[in-house]
Formats: sequence, C-alpha cells, structure tokens
Amino acid sequence: MNTLMALLIGILYASGMYMVLRRSMVKLIIGLALLSHAANLLIFTMATLRRDRPPLIDESETALAAPYADPVPQALILTAIVIGFAVSAFAAIMIHRVYQTTGTDDLDQLHTTDS
Amino acid sequence: MNSLILRTTTGFLLSLLVLFSVYLMLRGHNAPGGGFIGGLTATAALTLYAFAFDVATVRKMLRLDPLSVAGLGLVLALVSGLPGMLGGDAFLTSRWALLALPDGTEIHLGTPLLFDFGVYLVVIGVGCAVLLTMAEERGE
Amino acid sequence: MNLLLVAPILVPLLTAALCLLAWKSVRVQRWLGVAGSAALLASALALFAEVDGRGMAVSHAGEWAAPFGITLAADLLGALMVVLGGIVGLMVAVYSLGSIDEGRERFGFHPLVQILLMGVCGAFLTGDLFNLYVWFEVLLMASFVLTALGGERAQMEGAIKYVTLNLVSSAIFLAALGLLYGLTHSLNMADVSLRLARLNYPALENLLAVLFFIAFGIKAAVFPLFFWLPASYHTMPVAVSALFAGLLTKVGVYALIRVFTLVFRDDVEFIKELMLVVACLTMAVGVLGAVAQMEMRRILSFHIVSQIGYMIIGLALMTPLALAGTVFYLAHHIIVKTNLFLVSGAVARATGSFELKKSGGLYAAQPGLALLFLIPALSLAGIPPLSGFWGKYILVKAGLESGQVVLVVVALAVSVFTMISMMKIWSEAFWKPHPLGLTPAPVGLLNGPIAAMAAMTLAIGFGVEPVMQLAERSAQQLLEPQTYIRAVLEARR
Repeated sequence: MNTLMALLIGILYASGMYMVLRRSMVKLIIGLALLSHAANLLIFTMATLRRDRPPLIDESETALAAPYADPVPQALILTAIVIGFAVSAFAAIMIHRVYQTTGTDDLDQLHTTDS
Repeated sequence: MNSLILRTTTGFLLSLLVLFSVYLMLRGHNAPGGGFIGGLTATAALTLYAFAFDVATVRKMLRLDPLSVAGLGLVLALVSGLPGMLGGDAFLTSRWALLALPDGTEIHLGTPLLFDFGVYLVVIGVGCAVLLTMAEERGE
Repeated sequence: MNLLLVAPILVPLLTAALCLLAWKSVRVQRWLGVAGSAALLASALALFAEVDGRGMAVSHAGEWAAPFGITLAADLLGALMVVLGGIVGLMVAVYSLGSIDEGRERFGFHPLVQILLMGVCGAFLTGDLFNLYVWFEVLLMASFVLTALGGERAQMEGAIKYVTLNLVSSAIFLAALGLLYGLTHSLNMADVSLRLARLNYPALENLLAVLFFIAFGIKAAVFPLFFWLPASYHTMPVAVSALFAGLLTKVGVYALIRVFTLVFRDDVEFIKELMLVVACLTMAVGVLGAVAQMEMRRILSFHIVSQIGYMIIGLALMTPLALAGTVFYLAHHIIVKTNLFLVSGAVARATGSFELKKSGGLYAAQPGLALLFLIPALSLAGIPPLSGFWGKYILVKAGLESGQVVLVVVALAVSVFTMISMMKIWSEAFWKPHPLGLTPAPVGLLNGPIAAMAAMTLAIGFGVEPVMQLAERSAQQLLEPQTYIRAVLEARR
C-alpha cells in the first residue's frame, strides 16, 4: 500500500510540475491543484496507513488501544483541502479576468511587467 | 429559468432545506454535522431559490448584503470566544449553561454553539456572495 | 495575558467583520480601517510591554495544553514584529484615505487590509507549524485579492506571477509539514524541536531543512527565487505595494529565523554555508537589478530583494551579534521600505508619473517632501547616523568577527550601489526640472504618514542604544531556545 501511495504521489508531483511549466494559464491552474493534492496525499500517507483501526475509544475502555489510525493528519489535510479549494476557486476566477483583460491564454505573452 | 414545477416545489423545499440546515448545525457538536455543512445546505437552498425565481428576490430575502451576513457571523464567532476569558482562561475556552425544560429534558447550551452559528452565517454569507454575483454576471 | 496575545489577531478580525457589516458605506469602512489599525497598534504595544517585562507570553486556545492545542507564543522578536506590523498597518490605512480610488474601496479594500494584518500578526504569534501554514494562507488570500483588485492589465499580469509562485511555495511548505509530521508526530514548534533532537536521521533532517528553506525563501524573495517580486510589486496601488513591501517578505524572513533557530538548530551543517552564498547573491543580484531600472517602484522592488540578503547574513552567521543585527535590520527595513514606497506614491501624485524620466522639479516645488525622501533613502543606503548605517555596521562587524571577508566586501559594495540608486531617484525626480515644465501638485494628506515614518527612522538612528539592546536581548532569546520550549510546554495559562 505504501509503495502504491508513494508512486501515486510521485506521479501527481511529476504531472503537477509538468503542467505548471506549460505555457497555458488553464494548465498552470490544473498543475497547481495537482501539486496541492500531492502534498495532501503525502501528509495522509505519512501517518502510516492502516485499515479497520479507527481512532475511537470503546465504551468499556478509557484510553485508545495502541495501533490506531492517527486522526491528526486527517484533520490537517481537511484544513489543507478547504484552503486549497478556496485558492483554486480564486485562481480560476483570476485567470478568467486575466483572459478578459489581456485576451490571451499564453503565459509567454504576459511579459510587459517583467524587468 | 421559468418553470412552474420548479417554482412551486422550491417554495416548499426552501423552508424544508433551511430547517434541515439548522438541524445539521445543531447536532454538530457530538455527531456528524456542524456550522459549515449546515451553512452549505442553507446556501444550496437559497441558490435553488435564485434559480427558480431570480437573484434579486434572494437578495431581498436575506435583507442584509450577503457579505454583511458573513461579517455578522464573524462577530458572533469572535464573541463566542470571549466568555471563557472572563474566568481567566484562554480565548475560546468553552462555557456551558444547563437549561432544564419543564418536562425534565436538559439542554446543554454552550459557547461552541454560538461559534457554530457564526460559522453557519459566514458560510451562508460568503457562499451567497460568490454564487449570486456569478449568477448576476451570467444574466447580464 | 491571554487577552494580550489574542488581541493582535482579534482586533483586525473584528475590524474586518465590522467593515463587512458596513459593506454599503465606504466612508464608514474608511474610518473603521484607521480606527482598527490604531487599536491593533495599541494592542501590539501592550503585548510588547508585557513580553518586554516577562520575557515570554504563551496562551493555549481553549485551554488545550501544548502540544495538542493551538499555541500562541510571543517572544521578544515576535512581539517586536507585531508592533512593526501595527505601525505599517496604521500608516498605510491613513495613507490610503488619500490615495485609494473609490472603486477599490467599494470592493472590499479596507476589510482585506485588515485580514492581511490579521494573517501577518497570526504568523508572528503562532507556536505551531501547521498554524503558521494556515496564517500564511490567510495573508496570501487577502494579498491575492488586493493584488488583483482593480483589474488593470499590468496588475493582472503581475498578479498571475505573484499568485503562482506563492502557491508553489505553499505546496512545498505543506509537503515539508507532512514529512516533518511523519518524522516527529508533532507540529508544535517547541515539541518538534525536542523530538528532532532525540532522533537521529541526518539525511531526512537535511531534506526537511532545505524544503523549509525553499518554501520560506520564495516568500522572503531570496536569490534565485525572487523573480515574482519585481514583476508584481510595481503594478498595484501604492498603498498596497507599501503594505506588501513592508510586511510580506518579512513574514518569510521571520519564518526562516524562527525555524532555523528553534526547530533545526545545530543538526544541519551545510545549510549555513548555503545561506551565506544565498545572502551574498541576493544582495548583489538585487542591487544590480535596480541599477538597470528607471521606474521608481521597480527600483525599490529590487532593493527589497537586496535588503533581504542583509537579513539572511545574520541568520547564516548565527552569532549573537549577527542575529541582533538581523533583528535590528528587520525593524529598520520595515519602516524605511514602507516609507520609500509611500514617498514614491507622493512623487507620482505630484509629478504625474513613476517613470523617473517623466518626473522632476520636486525639490524646487516641495523641499519638504524632498527632505522626507532623503531621510529613508539615505538610511536605506546606510549613511550615518541614520538607522540603516547601524544595521549595516553591526552586520559587517559580525561578519568580520566570523572571518567572512568576501561577505563583508559584498555587503559594503552593495551599499554603494544602493546609494547610486537613491541618488538616481534624487537627481531625476527631485533635482532636475520637470521635462514638461509642469509645477508638481501638492500631495496634502499623503505627507502625514511619510513624515511620521521618517521621524521613526530618525528616532532609531539617534536612539540606537535602546533599540540595539532590544535586538541583542531578542537574539539572546533566539539562541537559547530552551526558554521558549519550556515556556510553551509548561505554560498552564
């Protein structure tokens, strides 16, 4: 499972980077979204993946028995996903505005403010 | 959109959905639910209403500007953190009051509920601001 | 004490919420913005007084003890940064009264500034790495909207570069957080520091240190990660770019200082050499970039980059004197750089252009404004007895004590080039007559914040002793993280 996740994260990072380096704005945004998904999955995997051990305390016990799925990273990525969602929404609206004002989707055309 | 069926059903659905969203918000402390999901449900209800009738009607229904609703929610959430500080504890420390009803049921009223209600309003406000603005732009 | 720690976060949040409630009335929002920023500065000063007396202030939100809860902690550096944030916030709020157009005000300029200030103060006060990420996102979201608000073509082009690079930085930061959590099972900075010291995985620690350095390096705009900054800062309204110039890159520098003094202490050896090289290149490349520019705000943007290099020096040398120099430089730089951007706005208002070739005649028409430009400009270049001279003097002395001759030579050469840039602005915008023969218009209200910040520059320059002592004490705290760790992990209230 870990190997599979590692491969998946690697593929997500690679394709995210590839998309960010493309010239089209739409692909840039997709690339950024992929990068944040990769980071989220990385956090998820870091917490040692395990099945059927939810972090719930039985009625009869007072503390959590030792092997259990760590809930903290899940809370962390929940936050990160919400933030990522907001940022992606903003970025989508922004490229829409950029397209409206500049009339192009090509990042290489947007060089008038470079020095 | 101009559909008689949609309009008629939306009239019923709106109140049901808003009621359901309040239910979701209230059960959030110990069970799945909470201000965020409740707020999203209410936003969905209002958006449906905007589709069936028009955006101006929804804006009138909200009375306040959507972003002012969000501002109100922020103020409430912020205020909910203060009672804890009166006792010298840290910000956001929860405080509970036991409300005993005549028939014997006890209701735990606490600052987390106020916080959740604040979140509920923020989500409605921001959600409506985004969706209504986009709907207006498309309508132009 | 709890209230003191949360107030710098709550005050701007409350102000923003009230601004939203008054969404329809721009006038109310304007005054709310000024009043809220003044209240933020007051609460920051109260916090600073408390921390100055006791050394540390710690609060755990909701009484959930560290390392489980949300920790807010202020040491001297954090409290000082919050005060500086308050000063910049207030000055920009006053300045924006006379400079922001009503279109931007109606679409939320004032609440956004407050949310930005909240994010900045949160980042300075948090004691938890994940919360640092969240505060970064809060201030970034606000800054994204402020960058794009208005929607002019140049602005949108600048915005897309700014947003992209900062999002990449956030993704790297998040990945680093994930790896760090996997390694230590904690994200509370004090706790992570203790746990890392007990572990022995040098390769992973090096990887993490470099990831954090890249993530914060993009935000702080160090070489070779700074290209977004000069491509975007000159496209926004002056009040916004002054706010960004004063605070945003400095949040990155603050995060670097915090992480490399508290979390990764002595474990990572090569990072110091890396920082030295980066500091030299940042100083040199930034200042050389400025030489080629003829637009006032572009020149100033490149100088931000070059000044960040000076701040990295202290962090790289990591001696008490060098760190004190970095803290001093941070304080001096925030005030001076914000002021220079405010001046650039006044110059453009008076002469009609940011382009040096198209402006001129200001010295003859408004000698007062010319003097107000000279104070921060000479301070930036490091002319005694202004604040910049002392900052550079301390860093150069620390460099010589550590035997880093190359570093010292670069730092001194860069300050000469800074002087050339400032004199270029002086001779073009102030000294030479206006190319079209116009008489520069008066700038009215804009002079107020500029004069106030120039007075602060003079105060730091002439009253260098107390400021230096403060910097030395905060450097002392940074070099002895045990105090911080104990305060966070043992604080009950």
